[in-house]
Amino acid sequence: MTGSKVTGSKVTTLREAVAEHVRDGMTVALEGFGHLIPFAAGHEIIRQRRRDLTVCRMTPDILTDQLLVAGCVSRLVASFFASGSAGSLHEIRRRVERHDPAPLETEEYSHYGMYCRYEAGAKRLPFQPLLSYVGSDLPELNPRIRAVESPYGEGKVYVVPPLNPDLTIVHAQRADPEGNTQLWGITGAQAPAAYAASAVIVTVEEVVEPEVVRADPNRTLIPAHAVDVVVEVPGGSHPSYAQGCYDRDSAFYREWTPISRDREAALAWIDEWIHGTADHAAYLAKLGRPRWDGLRVAPAPSGSVSYGRRKG
Amino acid sequence: MTADAHSPDGAAPTAAPSVADGTATDRATGRSTVALSDVPPHSAEFLATVAARELAGRRRVFAGVGLPTLAVDLARRTIDPNVELVYESGVVGAHPEAMAEGIADSVLVSGAEAMLSMDALFGYVLQGGHVDVGFLGAAQVDRIGNINTSVIGDWRRPEVRLPGSGGASDIIASAREIVVVLRRHDPHALPAEVDFCTSPSPARARRQEGFHQPAGAGVTTVITPLGILRRPDRYGELELAAVHPGVTVAEATGNAGWDLRVRADVAETPRPRTEDVRLLREEIDTVRLYLR
Repeated sequence: MTGSKVTGSKVTTLREAVAEHVRDGMTVALEGFGHLIPFAAGHEIIRQRRRDLTVCRMTPDILTDQLLVAGCVSRLVASFFASGSAGSLHEIRRRVERHDPAPLETEEYSHYGMYCRYEAGAKRLPFQPLLSYVGSDLPELNPRIRAVESPYGEGKVYVVPPLNPDLTIVHAQRADPEGNTQLWGITGAQAPAAYAASAVIVTVEEVVEPEVVRADPNRTLIPAHAVDVVVEVPGGSHPSYAQGCYDRDSAFYREWTPISRDREAALAWIDEWIHGTADHAAYLAKLGRPRWDGLRVAPAPSGSVSYGRRKG
Repeated sequence: MTADAHSPDGAAPTAAPSVADGTATDRATGRSTVALSDVPPHSAEFLATVAARELAGRRRVFAGVGLPTLAVDLARRTIDPNVELVYESGVVGAHPEAMAEGIADSVLVSGAEAMLSMDALFGYVLQGGHVDVGFLGAAQVDRIGNINTSVIGDWRRPEVRLPGSGGASDIIASAREIVVVLRRHDPHALPAEVDFCTSPSPARARRQEGFHQPAGAGVTTVITPLGILRRPDRYGELELAAVHPGVTVAEATGNAGWDLRVRADVAETPRPRTEDVRLLREEIDTVRLYLR
């Protein structure tokens, strides 16, 4: 977040947003906890062949596996190294177990430890305590997990350092042109990761009028002052999902496991599906209408609440 | 915890929580009998049913992905409809209309009682002491209940890179107790000491003197393809509490990585009812995602 409040539209294209804000060697948080994963933005980073990135993601997921295959990442800060029910991320495993084709530096936390890093970063705290890790080998594996004595006499607790990415990228259901960003369903670490960062790109399913946002201010989790760039990217979370818009492409999650097991197949996938498509719209077109229609969800609207307005 | 309501070991099948489905009346005796399934003890159906029974008397369950998903769904249908499902993604009081394919599935969100931020979930709900039981998977569980989900071999150059902590090391510190389902029962999965301790037992935490000690009791129950191990003492070791049908006590102890103590009241695990297996196959995991 730059802190400079620019009035007016921050809407641009994904190509321009990545070209302007993602530089080789940066620390980039791509957040979204199994939901609203910013796949389209990650794919654009691959298309623009960025290198040597430190990627921060609680759950690296298929997106990080793909960024690794494409050669964009040299370091990973994370708290889970598999793909949920779909199993192993084989590019990550190749790097870690066999240093094939190159070693991968990792910095590992638990989920809450990683979340607390963003929180400390967002709040500009020197560290944040949590009750985890007493007796665990994780602090030996990761010496950045340290202990402090409570000044209030409760004994020592483990603490984690702030995480302040150069750039945080998140995907959301909607935002207005100034960047007031509304998301619902599983909201992950998006808000603290945005506030912790020097710059923030928000991709959304839909850019809406400010009146739409202001009719329901409780749903704004990242206000405009924390957002630098807004990009409308419908379907921007595929193969992950956007609650209320489309469901997870679970078939793709299962397909990725055998693809990533074979490095040549994974490289071929990146060539065909990312470098072989001009942008995310072309990627979705290649995916095809029938597959997309299969991911559509039936509507389940929330009841509406009234915020009221003073009479007279 | 032999005789308490939480322990189903050794309970006669007919004493299992009463549900109308699956009960038949024997014509000759006029007594009510329950049809039992002969699925093998290493099957997902068997393990999920045994795991579901562990939730009797529990109120709030922190469920992981895989077999725990099946177990909590079955438990809500057959053991206690009031079991409240909590997921690390922030979902509290999930009422999924279809089986969740993961802890961040959209079906867990739609119709849930609450959607919290992850800070509220891990900070208030978990660290605040509101989780009765955490349901975890593991690659290894050792003698005193330490869990390894990180690496097999030396962590500097691991033979196998496992998923890591996720929420596990946070959950073990603060959930009242932990139930683990293991898909293997051999000295690799049940070593005397884990290769790497991702999620520590209270006994291991206690060795770190001067630290604010975790509130949780750690792993109290390990369900394996051969039997059920329990750790009744907060600082004690796992003991063989039950063997599955067709499994001998010697098989269960001989396939552990240490001299596994056998409880005097070691029992045989009751078989799943045919109704449990039918529910799992025909209503819960219809796509056979976890029932492989």
